[in-house]
Amino acid sequence: MGEAIVITSGKGGVGKTTTTANLGAALATMGQRVALVDADIGLRNLDVVLGLENRIVYDLVDVVEGFAKLKTSLIKDKRFENLYLLPAAQTKDKTAVSPDQMRQLVSDLKQDFDIILIDCPAGIEQGFRNAVAGADKAIVVCTPEVSSVRDADRIVGLLEAHELRQPLLIINRIRPAMVRRGDMMDIDDIIEILAIELLGVVPDDDAIVVSTNRGEPASVNQNSRAGEAYRNIARRLLGEQVPLMNLEEAGLLNRLRRMMGRSR
Amino acid sequence: MSRSGWSLSDFISRVFAREEGSRAVAKDRLRLVLIHDRADMAPEMMEALKNDMLRVISEYMDIDSEGFKVDFERHEDAMALVANIPIRAVKRHGITT
Repeated sequence: MGEAIVITSGKGGVGKTTTTANLGAALATMGQRVALVDADIGLRNLDVVLGLENRIVYDLVDVVEGFAKLKTSLIKDKRFENLYLLPAAQTKDKTAVSPDQMRQLVSDLKQDFDIILIDCPAGIEQGFRNAVAGADKAIVVCTPEVSSVRDADRIVGLLEAHELRQPLLIINRIRPAMVRRGDMMDIDDIIEILAIELLGVVPDDDAIVVSTNRGEPASVNQNSRAGEAYRNIARRLLGEQVPLMNLEEAGLLNRLRRMMGRSR
Repeated sequence: MSRSGWSLSDFISRVFAREEGSRAVAKDRLRLVLIHDRADMAPEMMEALKNDMLRVISEYMDIDSEGFKVDFERHEDAMALVANIPIRAVKRHGITT
């Protein structure tokens, strides 16, 4: 019997879909059977981020309407043994599915998979209610910006109202140089404000743009800092104790700066 | 500006301006905005708060529950919980000596 985790944020564009794709790929590489569910009906994107957009036959709405079987609708990612995607419908909207139907769908997936990651749409309306309906746990993604942290705070309250207490926080796209300069909120600032448990911190990384362009999750790229951060988060989700990675970029310039006592 | 944050303009502003980064401003603004946001409580929660206050205060004095009002008052840089509690009578408490 698997566990369903919804990945949410409130605000759009903070990296929910990227996080879902990368954690999914990392967890699958670690031997977990993983199903990714794109709950963003009408604005599907998890398929392109994963590079599976050409393989869609049926979607989530087909499944809940009984038009297609769940097993035949899941797209198997050929690069990762244990990774599957249930894509969102593109031509319908959020009202095409009800929370009860989502609950049923997720509970069916839990029979076959170890971990189900649900990519929640932005916003707090029906799409959100659908996405959280079947979840056992929630991850809140936020970036170190006032708008994102504010929306994350609102989402934490709404998750609680949906019986999803103690959500886990991922701080995405942190820029160590800006933090050092005092021009970006740091990890402690955000945790202090949101008062929820930290699951991980993902540095801003050009490799994410490149890997999204290619449709290849960065979490399998050994040279990507963000990829490493996602692998660490995946291990933490599996119960391993993994220290936060050192966010200082490697390289001569940074070593020099450290020598000059510029790092904190 | 370079991603490594060690540009010349950065250096100059560090040495000459010594001004505080925008991080502190962000944190302060966020803290205040969240007080406002979180104070937008559900009516049921507001009602529960009112009832709890009523219960506690009633142990000390007779209050007019009809005229009892609790509300948030928003100010520029702060927020207050303001209660208007008409008192009918104050109980005579035994003075312990």
